Amino acid sequence: MNGKMYNFRFSDCIEIKELLGIKADDELKLMEFIEEVPIDSIYYHMHSYFLRHFYIVGPYPNDFANWVVIQLRDRVLGEKLAAITPWGSKNLEDIREELIDIIDNHLSTVRTVPFAISAPPFFFMKSKIIEFDTGLEVADLKEFIEALKVVDASAIYNHIFESRLRVKKGRTDFSIWFDEVLGLKKLADEIENIDSYMYGLEGLREKILSLCLKALDDK
Amino acid sequence: MEENKNTLELYRDIAPKGTVDLLYKLSEGLKGISLVHVNSTRLGGGVAEMLQQLIPIFESLGISTGWEVVQGNDMFYKATKSFHNALQGQRQEITPQMYEEYLMVNKENANNIHLDSDIVVIHDPQPLPLILKKNQGSTWIWRCHIDISRPQRKVWSFLKDFVSLYDGAIFSLPSFAKNLAIPQILIYPSIDPLSDKNKELTQEDIDTRLEKIGIPKDRPIILQVSRFDRFKDPLGVIDAYRMVKKYNDCCLVLAGGSAADDPEGLQILNEVKQSAGKDKDIFVLDLSPDSHLDINALQRAATVVLQKSVKEGFGLTVAEAMWKGKPVIGGAVGGITAQLVYGATGFTVNSIEGCAYRIRYLLNNPIVSARIGKQAKEFTRRNFLITRHISDYLALMISMIKF
Repeated sequence: MNGKMYNFRFSDCIEIKELLGIKADDELKLMEFIEEVPIDSIYYHMHSYFLRHFYIVGPYPNDFANWVVIQLRDRVLGEKLAAITPWGSKNLEDIREELIDIIDNHLSTVRTVPFAISAPPFFFMKSKIIEFDTGLEVADLKEFIEALKVVDASAIYNHIFESRLRVKKGRTDFSIWFDEVLGLKKLADEIENIDSYMYGLEGLREKILSLCLKALDDK
Repeated sequence: MEENKNTLELYRDIAPKGTVDLLYKLSEGLKGISLVHVNSTRLGGGVAEMLQQLIPIFESLGISTGWEVVQGNDMFYKATKSFHNALQGQRQEITPQMYEEYLMVNKENANNIHLDSDIVVIHDPQPLPLILKKNQGSTWIWRCHIDISRPQRKVWSFLKDFVSLYDGAIFSLPSFAKNLAIPQILIYPSIDPLSDKNKELTQEDIDTRLEKIGIPKDRPIILQVSRFDRFKDPLGVIDAYRMVKKYNDCCLVLAGGSAADDPEGLQILNEVKQSAGKDKDIFVLDLSPDSHLDINALQRAATVVLQKSVKEGFGLTVAEAMWKGKPVIGGAVGGITAQLVYGATGFTVNSIEGCAYRIRYLLNNPIVSARIGKQAKEFTRRNFLITRHISDYLALMISMIKF
């Protein structure tokens, strides 16, 4: 423990989806617009899947990969885009660059630019997250576990994805609290190391709960 | 007020866990704010039906909510009907007199209806020019319910000048958005789980209603509920059913709205009946507009539900069936693609053959059907119920209002 003491307060979130009125019909346009759109749009398309599909793990965890695979039938590019994970030390601009590089490299290998013939184009959007306090406050790991069982799944999204990338804390709120307040560095690292993009929010809830229960047993 | 509060409480066990509390919490930031919705009719049509459901919930959250309706004459309604069709891509002849009457009627209405609320939500194009009456400090939002992705250029260019004066616009699908300088927000429409069309029915209710309509219960039912319209492809549905029938015993129910006041609808209904011919397992039902309970019973009795549209706005009949835990097969158009996550909450198809194949697949894989139906229900609970619609409105109001 480094002397910081505060209770953990859960905050839910709600997403307002804003349409940018920009659409791409082919992979070249997709790349060009990825270069231009506000950074919040990159964030939205890399993450909004989680808030839309609480219970379902889809083919790929970001909108770019899903559109390329499902609408353009370009599995090669789709698989490469799906492999981008906005984790580690990356910020959103790094992710934008990575997306552009991958599409650019891919386009240099194809003879014609894949485009949507009768499929819907890619519509660029961005979102604004409104965070609000649930009033649910916990002081130790045992209380945390009980609260995590009942909070809305949007709170899990907020404390994991929002805190890392949009709020730029670099870590999840959960791991910061475990490490800095409860002195549970091992648990904090385990939460940090979850491959979060492979789960729906409910799956993440279960995964975090299992790690917390194990840490409680080990204490 | 107490009665309204109870209205919201009725959703507590239906909406996702915590949603009703979330609505109370969100509304705390809007205490003392007044809201008014303006549209062109109090009865009939999807917008009026939706407002009837939404307004009591806004009131139960302590947000004073008015509902104003613009009054017009024959020329006004003729003009707005033409605008409506033109915005949805149909070629229309609109005379200068029609434009003038549209502006004149809106000017008169602006003096007669109450628009002095903190937030004004204008629905669809009919009352659009009321924005000229905007007070300093109030927030005006245009809620567009129709598909304006390919409008007639001249009409859109005329209306766009008014839209641009709003603080924001709401559309039901990303493809409906336009190139506008104001914020454009995506809010999906919703169904009310407590309405006659969607409320729980007992097995006895369902059986009684099916018996009254004359639908057999001894074989799987393939159902499509939609008005008799070419865009809903009822003839394609019959063709798909015939492909299925070679391998699986089943019956087909095509349940549509009354076609009495719609000459084209009547023609299509006749074509559907002709195509059905003497097949005793095809049931073509021309239901009255208030047959909500019959539709509810049919959806609950169905084995597979179709919405094989070739063009669609949002297609809320899909969410209605999903809410009843049914596997749905829909055309890959409009809002159907937002509701049916392929293989997870249903199937989208692009052809009659594709539709027939998925019907056969679902009829012969009851475990898969049950899993998809279950996921479809949860997906609808989270995304297409009225409680989600209210929370989207509240979040938008919080983000837009200038305190």
